[in-house]
Amino acid sequence: MFRKKSPPITEAWRGMTFTRRAMLVGGGQMVIGGALAARMAYISIIDNDHYVLESESNRVNLTLVPPRRGWIVDRRGKALANNRVSLRIDLIPDRLHDKELVLGQLRTLLRLDGDAMERINRDLKAASGFQPVAVAEDLSEADYASILVRLPDLPGVAPQRGFARNYPTGAAVGHLIGYVGAPTAEEYQAANKDPLYITPGFRVGKDGLEKYFQPMLRGEPGAKRVEVTARGKVVRELDTTEDKQGKTVHLTIDADLQEYIARRMGRESGAAVVIDCDNGDILSFVSMPSFDPNSFSDGISSNEYAWLRADDHQPLINKATRGLYPPGSTLKPMAAIAAVEHGVDPSERHTCIGGYRLGSRFFRCLGTHGSVDMPTAIMKSCNSYFYWLAHRLGYDAFAPTAKMLGLGEEFQLAGSNQRYGTIPDSAWKMRKYDQAWSASDSLNAIIGQGYVSVNPLQLAVMAARIASGRKLYPRLVNRQFRNDPLPYSADAFAVARHGMDLVVNGPGGTAGRSRLPLDGIAMAGKTGTAQVRGLNTGNGKSGSWRFRDHGLFVCFAPVDKPKYAAGIVIEHGMGGSRAAAPVAKDFMTFLYDREKAMEALETFEAGWGGTIKERMDRDYAAWKSGASSDPDPEIPQ
Amino acid sequence: MIPVPAAVQRVPWKLIAILSGITGFGLLVLYSAAGGNWSPWALQQGVRFLVFLTVALVIGRFNIKIFEDFAYLGYIGILILLIAVELLGFVGGGSQRWLNLGFMNLQPSELMKVAIVLALARFYTQLPPGSTRTWTALWPALVMIGFPAALVMLQPDLGTALAICIGGVIVMFCAGLPFWWFGSTAAAGVAALPILFSFLHDYQQKRVLIFLDPESDPLGAGYHISQSKIAIGSGGIGGKGFLNGSQSHLDYLPEGHTDFIFATMAEEWGLIGGLVLLGLFFLLLRWSTRVALGARTRFGQLAAAGLTMTIFFYIAINLMMVMGLAPVVGIPLPLFSYGGSSMLTIMTCVGIVLAIENDTKKAGGRFR
Repeated sequence: MFRKKSPPITEAWRGMTFTRRAMLVGGGQMVIGGALAARMAYISIIDNDHYVLESESNRVNLTLVPPRRGWIVDRRGKALANNRVSLRIDLIPDRLHDKELVLGQLRTLLRLDGDAMERINRDLKAASGFQPVAVAEDLSEADYASILVRLPDLPGVAPQRGFARNYPTGAAVGHLIGYVGAPTAEEYQAANKDPLYITPGFRVGKDGLEKYFQPMLRGEPGAKRVEVTARGKVVRELDTTEDKQGKTVHLTIDADLQEYIARRMGRESGAAVVIDCDNGDILSFVSMPSFDPNSFSDGISSNEYAWLRADDHQPLINKATRGLYPPGSTLKPMAAIAAVEHGVDPSERHTCIGGYRLGSRFFRCLGTHGSVDMPTAIMKSCNSYFYWLAHRLGYDAFAPTAKMLGLGEEFQLAGSNQRYGTIPDSAWKMRKYDQAWSASDSLNAIIGQGYVSVNPLQLAVMAARIASGRKLYPRLVNRQFRNDPLPYSADAFAVARHGMDLVVNGPGGTAGRSRLPLDGIAMAGKTGTAQVRGLNTGNGKSGSWRFRDHGLFVCFAPVDKPKYAAGIVIEHGMGGSRAAAPVAKDFMTFLYDREKAMEALETFEAGWGGTIKERMDRDYAAWKSGASSDPDPEIPQ
Repeated sequence: MIPVPAAVQRVPWKLIAILSGITGFGLLVLYSAAGGNWSPWALQQGVRFLVFLTVALVIGRFNIKIFEDFAYLGYIGILILLIAVELLGFVGGGSQRWLNLGFMNLQPSELMKVAIVLALARFYTQLPPGSTRTWTALWPALVMIGFPAALVMLQPDLGTALAICIGGVIVMFCAGLPFWWFGSTAAAGVAALPILFSFLHDYQQKRVLIFLDPESDPLGAGYHISQSKIAIGSGGIGGKGFLNGSQSHLDYLPEGHTDFIFATMAEEWGLIGGLVLLGLFFLLLRWSTRVALGARTRFGQLAAAGLTMTIFFYIAINLMMVMGLAPVVGIPLPLFSYGGSSMLTIMTCVGIVLAIENDTKKAGGRFR
């Protein structure tokens, strides 16, 4: 098909063909050369910005420096939570070239256990690039130094001098302050993947005030810009931005009192809240036993957590706001105020015959008190007298007063998660159980049993409101409330306060043994004993710890010009006068005479086996070695 | 006017200037790539250049007839070396490309780039003009290209195999073989690409795929291309300045002194440096193309054209590679990249082209 008439191929033709073709090839080469020049111009002019950026991000490695967390201080500026230097070792995945070797070395040098190695490997898998992975924190100077000297042989290892959260009083502030911890994946997502959240050493508040004030406490991270080679070797530091420490949170807490009460609670399980009667400042907010927030902030071991969970004294629950108890007789001063407001003459007498007959049922009193007026009834905690009042007025006459005094109320309190309990009345019962209120319900409620349940914070508020005559609101930070006067007559308050005075200082008052050992300063209070189980299962004074009665006490001091009010609950303490009032006596003493109070405390602690920390360490060690923690703590006295 | 002695006149000063310009610029870049040191690269490269330049000038004094006469013999000798290397590699249990000569590692495949051009030029010189369009003009050439190309592919060295093929094909093209043979072969080649692709080694396939989409694997095999483009692109028009290239100094750019030396240069000297270098290469290629066009003998014409293409192929593929237009094939930039083998090849090419030029000058111009 192709054999058309072509001219004979000669030398000359070949020469011409060569010239044509060689020029064609040369031209083709020039076109390609031109295209290459154009391509280069395109990359280096049009795309220049983009590639300059990429080159910079190659060259410069930005490391975030976690900000120092703001302090939490008490009313006098004493630290409840501060920061301490923490020596830590991180790994930079991108610089880690021989993972096995480096991890093996670290394991030996820092004596890491299998759990830690597993976590590190897991984190390394999830991490990428220059995102550091924590290896160990809170190293001793010796361990830290042992890494430092070997650093040239450990590429990828980054020692850091950082900060860790520190709680000087440890367990005493556990439930008040909460604790901090490394951010979770959810928190990281919620923070729009802020790289700070995956920087080792950064902590967020996980509970309590640490969580509530997180935005204030957090601070601004610093940054370190370093020039690095592709292999991760730091060539030089470019610049460093200092971190900005978080703001300080000032609390109304009195750190010394807080610690004293926490220690004074001893081996008991319970809560105590102390309120300043002038302005509602919460001076102490104790729930014991507690966890040591230092342990949580360092990343608590699963063992220690299991130990805390296994404890039947429930150290993980904040009993001051989350514990609900029948208030027992502590509500009697409140009942007195309501009765006076409803026209009962406080001097009117009722005869206690060891109980009160309601129809076919006989409601028992704890004693046979004979003829008593209102203050005496409070002093002796005479149930018969109050049964009589309740039967006469009906509980609907008392419930509003109870609520007015703070019971059943949920307060606006920073960082707290409250269970606010129940103050029942006829409408409530109808709503809840679709049943009419009965007289026996009134009788049970008036002595703080039956449907009634309150938390220790509410008890303290009630005491503060009775003592001050104003509607005080508890506060942990300087937050303004109106604190209006309560709409009750001075007479009514006078009766209640007088009755409470007699409880401690009167002849035969139920808390007579808890009189303050001070000159000129007296405490007024009211004991309460709440049944955990019906009377038929025991008398609540013996038997296994779990079935013993709760001991409660509300109080204020000084009697004549109230300054401090408090509510104390000792779980299964077998009685207010026996368990709760002595605690109040000692911390009220502490407020006026520290030395005397400390003497008393040191005697107790010698008997209990040391300070909180010593006991916790020992219990934990015992628990780890297989023995369960002491289920039956000895009773203080 | 001072009379210039004939001996001085005969030295190709212009060519030496071009070659020195390219290599000298390269030495600066090597100096910078070593972090401002003459060692380990720049000094050795400079010495090597002087040696090879001398070699090239000496080759240039040879009679062109010698190359023509020994073209086949040289081709066969180098083919045997290639087989020897392959066998050595087989015995040694791994791929080997070079023979250790003591003072340098000799890559026979490098020499083959030159030998194939000379052998084919000889073949087409001997071929009677009347046979140009016949089967006789085709099959011996294909066999001569096919053997070494296949051996080099076995090493495996795709870049060099391609260079051998291109050098040979250009000689065939310039010899006047029918145009449509090339056109249809090219078309068939494009159609057969997927099949050829399947013959490639895994890592070569990966390189091709990643070349098509470098960002798909920025930390793996696409890393070379990405980092090279970053280096060139961040240089901008004027560059970051001598000794200031962060991509090369901080080791982000792999092979910054050999295959990717153009990126190292572009980062510090910018587009201007790139255009200067391209200009120098243009002058070199223009010189050798002119020699080819003006050559006195047919052997000279074909050999010069083929060798020009061999030099060009190095430059083009290397630049396309560093700019992300071709897969990473491991071809150095002639005279610029650190390395002896490629410089030896290029200088041999230059020397032979110089010999052809001298041959033409002696005869007083183009034949007939």
